[in-house]
Amino acid sequence: MTDLAHIRNFSIVAHIDHGKSTLADRLIQSTGTVQDRDMKEQLLDAMDIERERGITIKANTVRIDYVAENGEKYVLNLIDTPGHVDFAYEVSRSMRAVEGSLLVVDSTQGVEAQTLANVYQAIDADHEIVPVLNKIDLPASDCDRVAEQIEDVIGIEATDAIRVSAKTGVGIRETLEAIVQKLPAPTGEREAPLKAMLVDSWYDAYLGVVVLVRIMDGVLKKGDKIKMMQTGAAYGVDRIGVFRPAMQVVEELGPGEIGFLTASIKQVRDTKVGDTITHEKKGAEKPLPGFKPSIPVVFCGLFPVDSAEFEDLRDAIEKLALNDASFSFEMETSAALGFGFRCGFLGLLHLEVIRDRIEREYDIELITTAPSVVYHVYMRDGSKIDLHNPADMPDLTHVDHIEEPRIKATILVPDEFLGDVLKLCQDRRGIQQDLTYAGSRAMVVYDLPLNEVVFDFYDRLKSVTKGYASFDYHLTGYRQDNLVKMQILVNDEPVDALSMMVHRERAEMRGRAMCEKLKDLIPRHMFKIPIQAAIGGKVIARETLSALRKDVTAKCYGGDATRKRKLLDKQKAGKKKMRQFGKVEIPQEAFISALKMDN
Amino acid sequence: MPTRFGSLSRAVLPENWQQSGFGLYIHWPFCAAKCPYCDFNSHVSARIDQSRWRDAYIREIARAAELTEGRVLSTVFFGGGTPSLMDGETVQAILDEVRRSWPVSNDIEITLEANPTSVDAARFGAYREAGVNRLSMGIQALNNDDLRLLGRLHSVEEAFSAFKIARATFSRVSFDLIYARQNQTLADWGSELRRALDLAVDHLSLYQLTIEEGTAFGDRYSAGKLRGLPNDDLAADMFEATQRITESYGFHAYETSNHARSGEESRHNLIYWRYGDYLGIGPGAHGRLSFGPTRQATEAFREPGKWLAAVSEHRRPEHPVQHLSQDDILAEMLLMGLRLREGVPVARYLPLANEEIINNINELVEDGLLVLAAETLTVSDEGRPLLNTILRKILGA
Repeated sequence: MTDLAHIRNFSIVAHIDHGKSTLADRLIQSTGTVQDRDMKEQLLDAMDIERERGITIKANTVRIDYVAENGEKYVLNLIDTPGHVDFAYEVSRSMRAVEGSLLVVDSTQGVEAQTLANVYQAIDADHEIVPVLNKIDLPASDCDRVAEQIEDVIGIEATDAIRVSAKTGVGIRETLEAIVQKLPAPTGEREAPLKAMLVDSWYDAYLGVVVLVRIMDGVLKKGDKIKMMQTGAAYGVDRIGVFRPAMQVVEELGPGEIGFLTASIKQVRDTKVGDTITHEKKGAEKPLPGFKPSIPVVFCGLFPVDSAEFEDLRDAIEKLALNDASFSFEMETSAALGFGFRCGFLGLLHLEVIRDRIEREYDIELITTAPSVVYHVYMRDGSKIDLHNPADMPDLTHVDHIEEPRIKATILVPDEFLGDVLKLCQDRRGIQQDLTYAGSRAMVVYDLPLNEVVFDFYDRLKSVTKGYASFDYHLTGYRQDNLVKMQILVNDEPVDALSMMVHRERAEMRGRAMCEKLKDLIPRHMFKIPIQAAIGGKVIARETLSALRKDVTAKCYGGDATRKRKLLDKQKAGKKKMRQFGKVEIPQEAFISALKMDN
Repeated sequence: MPTRFGSLSRAVLPENWQQSGFGLYIHWPFCAAKCPYCDFNSHVSARIDQSRWRDAYIREIARAAELTEGRVLSTVFFGGGTPSLMDGETVQAILDEVRRSWPVSNDIEITLEANPTSVDAARFGAYREAGVNRLSMGIQALNNDDLRLLGRLHSVEEAFSAFKIARATFSRVSFDLIYARQNQTLADWGSELRRALDLAVDHLSLYQLTIEEGTAFGDRYSAGKLRGLPNDDLAADMFEATQRITESYGFHAYETSNHARSGEESRHNLIYWRYGDYLGIGPGAHGRLSFGPTRQATEAFREPGKWLAAVSEHRRPEHPVQHLSQDDILAEMLLMGLRLREGVPVARYLPLANEEIINNINELVEDGLLVLAAETLTVSDEGRPLLNTILRKILGA
């Protein structure tokens, strides 16, 4: 146990690619926490997908021993937080577990929207913030400009910002000193009843659920009987320890310390991020403030391409859910796609990560249906339905009104692309709330319907700004609007997986775009195929896919029998990627591509 | 015989392969120049040791003859490559070995593919002396600009004079044309085809230009640089016009791309389409041989040097023999046989077809794309340009 004055707890706030993980690696390495030979790039990001995308999803932590220039020995606890908006609540809990933040900004790039969102979380948590300008080894580095921008945009003093190259190691020592000198030590009462915040948890095949905690008050020891204050569940502590970054067992954790416990907890679902852990007897009376259960906001259907893999998919989803309490699922049956699951996610990145993990780790090819948000459908009889799937939309005659979720979106963009960004936001039913400039960049704030953002907004934004815009959002609430369910009919058969909720005024345009897209995506058949968009029974857009007229091999002689037969065998194998609707075959990519809008 | 079937067991009925004939294909893998559309196994080589190749063909013929003893050979076909680059003596030696190796039918058809240049035409007499009785000429277009675009080495004028020599030398002459070329209109093709039919020809192979991967055209096409190709509708119109115009000249479309006066059909190619037995000798050549109810597929090494070396060293110059499954046999029988206007005899495919395939066929009959008569299954006029789609439907692909 370390006395409070010699503990510093901090997190690192940064945009993707601004070098957060590399800086963390360098801090760990330079203090000898990890031997050089055990060093691998981005120590703290364990999962492949995270490593490939350079993002951190689960909170990770490391305890660093540091002998400062004053000769005293300090314990530095770094919590590496998920940087993405989908995990805003998890970020807020991690922020509450530490007293200060390093704000890492790429000195060749400047402040990004995501940096802003996270730095505001740090400010909300009353953090002391130490600005760090990274990548000073690059020729494009412009520290003065970026320091000025930090002051303009974020409003914190940045003249003393530490200049670092995490790559070459320049400025690492200064960073460690600043952590000791500038960040406050934690506070807490050793004698008070135990109050530990549950920062994160995950499933370990050998240990069961591992819980990351920050001790606020009291002392946690092996063998203690503990209680989760939100769920009421009680457990016996099997093991406590710290991360260096490998697990290391310790005798006890006292106030201000960050570490883990295991307690034969079976499922991650039993541990709620933000919950307060106390002793079962003589426990704390009041939990720590700020607990919120996590609620999925984006839903989509996941179906196996090969319907024989449904049970494998169930298995994969159940295993993933063991380690991810924020991801929900229930079985779904689609006339078009067969058996699958309706899954709920914290946001689009979360959706992508889960989908990629199923495809990669479990080797199951998936059809993903259009992401949908949760609509509040108010019925004439006074009841309210949370609509997760447009296919479940009740008959309109019984519906009084529908509300949809709205977001506040913050976009930072070089001013040459501003016009395109404003147009994109307007096209997506956005309401402008703010427009300010910081240097040559504009900061645009929009109130947008989440359903206009969930599908391809971010792709479009990147494309119209050549990748220079950064984007962040948070949910603001629900608002009534004129929303309708649009159905797509292919050869007069409704295709449930393509149903979507749209704003009435945008229905014709969306419908026309969908029909045109599908006309290109569905291969020609031996008969002509009408493709229609309809609201209720009323057709609002129509295209006709003309019949295939010629599909015959010109030359076929003795040497071609084998080749043609093998081609047919290959087509047979490819057929499982097609979905049959009456007499029409629709390729699986149509379900996703049809929804992308090219403005 | 009813026009719809219930399910039948997949018992294998005895087959009389002799009724579809027995032919020999000889592949000559060399060309003077590679054409940009061609994906055949052809190579350009500065020096070809004809005597060494001659010996290799002869040795392979002797080996094949042992496997097929007692069969009567009804056709020989020299394909390529450009077989008209073969010396007269080479062709003579090969055909002498053929006649020593098998009893041949009285009306044996011996075809050789030729390029219509004066150099090739100078060898026509020697080919006839060797026993060749049918010439198939690669004329490809009757328009000098298009011949250049297709990478051909001859002009229209040269082709016509080679054709005249062929006509005077051989009792049967066919030639090939490629249509649906870049910037070709429906009217252009109609008049070109009529001009071809006005010549004293008795058989025409009329191929729509197909862009194949791994060819110069294929590369240009994927780079977006092969412009002016007809869209599907124009290609379909051209195909229809081809059927109509050839019929009006008394040439019937006995196969998807082959048109002949009655009795002038290529008997060798009919063996493929009727799914008879054939030997394939030479680099990349394929063969099909049946022994009782089983059927073997052979495929020689594609690379000429590798093939020649194997034969010289008394090794088999081919990949391991494949024994075709009942499903493979059915697929091949249908994909070859439905190209023919005469169709596929019900008695041959039905014992191989399972219930699903029979149902698929019945559905296509209902849709008017297949015609099921008492003894044969044929593709309807509407179905003919859609044969690939029909085959996928039949075989569930």
